[in-house]
Amino acid sequence: MTTAEAGPTPQVGAARSRKEDARLITGRTMWTENITLPGMLHLAILRSPMAHARITHLDVGPALEAPGVIAAFSGRDVADVQGSMPCAWPVTEDTVVPDYPPLAVDEVRHTGEPVAVVAARDRASAMDALEAIEVDYEPLPVVLGMEEALAENAPLVHGDQGTNKCYTWTFDSVQAGTGGDVAAAEADAEVVVKRRYTQQRLIPAFMEPRSVVVDPTGDQITMWSATQIPHILRLMLAMVTGIPEHKVRVVAPDVGGGFGGKLQVTPEEFIAFVAAQRTGRPVKYTESRSDTMMSGHHGRDQIQDVTLSARRDGTVTGLSIRLLANMGAYLGIVTPGVPILGAFMYNAIYKFPAYRFECTGVFTNTTKTDAYRGAGRPEATFAIERAMDELAAELDMDPIELRRRNWIKHEEFPFTTVATLTYDSGNYEAATDRAMELFGYDALRREQAERRRSGDRVQLGIGVSTYTEMCGLAPSRVLGSLRYGAGGWENASVRVLPTGKVEVITGTSPHGQSHETAWSQIAADQLGVAFEDVEVLHGDTRTSPKGLDTYGSRSLAVGGAALVHACERVVEKARPIAAHLLECDPADLEFTDGAFRVRGTPEAAKTIADCSLAVFTSHDLPEGVEPSLDSDATYDPANFSFPHGTHLCATEVDTETGRVRIRSYVAVDDVGRVVNPTIVEGQLHGGIAQGIAQALYEEASYDNDGNLLTGSFVDYLVPGAPDLPHMVTDRTETPAPDHPLGAKGVGEAGTIASTPAVVNAIVDALRPYGVTDVPMPCMPERVWRAIRDAREGAPEGSERS
Amino acid sequence: MIPAQFEYARPSSVQEAVRALAEAGEDAKVLAGGQSLIPMLRMRLAVPSTVIDLGGVSDMRGVRDDGDALAIGAMTTYADVIRDPMVREHAPLVVQATETVADRQVRHMGTFGGALAHADPAGDMPSVALALDMMFDIEGPGGRRAVPAGEFFVDYFTSALSPDEILVSVRVPKLPGWGTHYEKFNRVAQAWAIVGVAAAVRRSGDTIEKARIALTNMGPTPVRARGVEEALAGAPATAEALASAAARADEGTAPTGDVSASSEYRSYLATVLTRRAVAAAAGIPQDG
Repeated sequence: MTTAEAGPTPQVGAARSRKEDARLITGRTMWTENITLPGMLHLAILRSPMAHARITHLDVGPALEAPGVIAAFSGRDVADVQGSMPCAWPVTEDTVVPDYPPLAVDEVRHTGEPVAVVAARDRASAMDALEAIEVDYEPLPVVLGMEEALAENAPLVHGDQGTNKCYTWTFDSVQAGTGGDVAAAEADAEVVVKRRYTQQRLIPAFMEPRSVVVDPTGDQITMWSATQIPHILRLMLAMVTGIPEHKVRVVAPDVGGGFGGKLQVTPEEFIAFVAAQRTGRPVKYTESRSDTMMSGHHGRDQIQDVTLSARRDGTVTGLSIRLLANMGAYLGIVTPGVPILGAFMYNAIYKFPAYRFECTGVFTNTTKTDAYRGAGRPEATFAIERAMDELAAELDMDPIELRRRNWIKHEEFPFTTVATLTYDSGNYEAATDRAMELFGYDALRREQAERRRSGDRVQLGIGVSTYTEMCGLAPSRVLGSLRYGAGGWENASVRVLPTGKVEVITGTSPHGQSHETAWSQIAADQLGVAFEDVEVLHGDTRTSPKGLDTYGSRSLAVGGAALVHACERVVEKARPIAAHLLECDPADLEFTDGAFRVRGTPEAAKTIADCSLAVFTSHDLPEGVEPSLDSDATYDPANFSFPHGTHLCATEVDTETGRVRIRSYVAVDDVGRVVNPTIVEGQLHGGIAQGIAQALYEEASYDNDGNLLTGSFVDYLVPGAPDLPHMVTDRTETPAPDHPLGAKGVGEAGTIASTPAVVNAIVDALRPYGVTDVPMPCMPERVWRAIRDAREGAPEGSERS
Repeated sequence: MIPAQFEYARPSSVQEAVRALAEAGEDAKVLAGGQSLIPMLRMRLAVPSTVIDLGGVSDMRGVRDDGDALAIGAMTTYADVIRDPMVREHAPLVVQATETVADRQVRHMGTFGGALAHADPAGDMPSVALALDMMFDIEGPGGRRAVPAGEFFVDYFTSALSPDEILVSVRVPKLPGWGTHYEKFNRVAQAWAIVGVAAAVRRSGDTIEKARIALTNMGPTPVRARGVEEALAGAPATAEALASAAARADEGTAPTGDVSASSEYRSYLATVLTRRAVAAAAGIPQDG
């Protein structure tokens, strides 16, 4: 008999070291690029140097003569088999979804668009042979800016569509029945703040470039891909190519980061698929960093017109948002939906009585946009948090005080917002109070006043960002109402091996998030097994056939709940077996401290391992009991979860050069119950770094011909450790009421919160100069110009009151 | 991201290197630390017929005392330059500027001479070479010659080196009694300078006796700020005199614009950074 007097140490909440780290850090693991198969060919892809042109001549013939080349083909060669890249989220009935061939056939619409492919015995030969391909382009007019694209007689990105408008999507609280009319609110307002903000285009700079291997050998075609979404990819391959779903296997081996940039079904995956089919041999394509930057999808790129109405006491009375969202030249898997995800978050943590949102998606001759960490929610949070600071300045009110007057109080949860969402739980007061204490808010305000008084060359600014976000994408019914092409459930299954070891299979697909560690902690607690005795399997449609993958801070919030339910089912299946072994009534057993115990006699215990051995031998099972503990659960969340927090940033701005230095940064986040505090902290540090990067450093920009000017890390500035501040992070913990563990989600929080905190701090430093905005990224020259323009535009003493 | 095919030679002495270069003809490229050339090869921006790798030429590495100067072998890595006690003692400006170059990994591969021969006006070493009046020892089929820094930089990525010549070492004058400072302005730590200022100043009591100031990334070559130097010579070592002198920093410069800074802003920055660099080099307190 096994005894288990002292139960195992609880794993959930413990700062366990990551199981994945040794192999990921040393690189002794399977990245897609590491895969080599017998007879494998290497692909090289020729890309368009033109942003918009007709292909008048394309001959791959000379490339076929080059040494080592086995095959070469153009879009025209495969026009009838390559299909069109799928978009799973046309947000309105009349959303324009243009044809999107993986290899351009007649026309190219952005620089970097694939036009031909070479398959050769080795990578160098494939690259060399590209130079032999003959292509002639007839240039077509290029349109890059969104307002230009919507102007009359603008050049058309897709001539056959007759318009550059992709869709217009609206929400109005009057129609939704959740609030009043924004026009009336504006007419009645004592103060109206109108601002235009530009969300610059960003490049998801994941560490591992995208890579794909396709093996057509045998009956089932296998694709390995550096993707976040193996399950969705499999479905899309089947739907687009017509190959039956069960004949396609997709594997996402270890994947080196994504940030939404690998939430995509890529032309390169389809090109490799077609190449493998045509040659009958395994093929591999790995892109270069320049390829990633030029043709992998970008993020953000929106123009936001914000109208915020309020009373002079600071009470907000209405919010109107008009958005232009750059789609790029084509629609990726969720391109149109990204700004719509933001639609529900502009009202943020505040009690707006009236809200209207309108977004128009626009085609331009640029690389498509799509999900990038936060996807719609950072943009929304930025606009509202910037506007709230502007309102505070307008009212000469402390920005935190203004927020206090308008936010949802902790006793008001659950709270249904003007944007129709029901916020589950939160305590904005507690997080803000803690952040102010750690930050030394009052002392910094005093120092700021002193520097202003003395006319210090270096001015101090304090930026506030209080945010919430919707995590755990998503309740399937909600996705359906938004015309998304899939549900939002997640699946987990648990296999208990004869020796009591456990395999957890998840439908989520990690690419750096630590699922193996966190899922082990959850399963260990649920089943009473050791952390080390759990193996987490993922990312292979053969072993985990059911799942919707990883994005939108959903893995723990949705997949973690599925795992808890699957574990509960294991326990229920083990219960009659344990009762049989203990010779008692199943109803008299409780599963506590990792074992079944008879109520009142806690010494006698049977573990899951005892039960699994009994199941394996099946020599002595109770009548009618199935000899298996294996269980499976699919969880469809009833609601999103809503983490929140308060981020405070102090910047020092050199008014002579425009250089910004972040002096201190405090983040107090409430992500519900935490499974592993180290992982949460890592997510926040990385997220904050990415948000700071948007505020200060990163911007993808094109020249007038549509050439990407920031095609390498020389010009696209990703900050490194020396460029980032020390971050003070702390947490409050308000459990998610709808989640079995109380967990909310943390993957995007840092990115969402940090950008407005930094820009608010910069503008706050410069308010005495009359500066009301600095466009992102707030590079030194832009800060310098903002000061200079404000000085020139507004002579001293004439600043707006 | 794979270079086009090329022939490869790895000589083990300067003489062998010069001979290999002569044999390879005009389309050859000399590989030092590879921190600029390798990316250009990989992007196929450079397509040389032959790459002559100087990594095996051991007598081109190291620092030697040469009386009034230090002779730094062209193949000495940045990291070795920073660590060298003689450089630390006699050429603190070189150490300070070198510490700002890119990142640790680059500094362990990149070489002092490679950076100079590359003649990138955005590089930090060329302006430091100008400010310190370094002397370049060059070897070719015709033998050895010496070129002063002021004549070495000809245009963008173009130096006084003939296609058949190799930069062997650089003599850095010891400047006893001079104060120096490198003021680099960039957006992230590992980026090239938007503008950089290398300043060497000799004070005599309350007067600035002589100043040598060179600017990074203010035109097709590193450029001396002659106007500032003139204005400072014999000027009082005060913030006011310095400010009016530094206002001339952009005279004779031709900066370009890019995604990080316009030419107008670069011109303005040059004046601010020159003032700061000279103040630091000469120990002149600044307001604010």
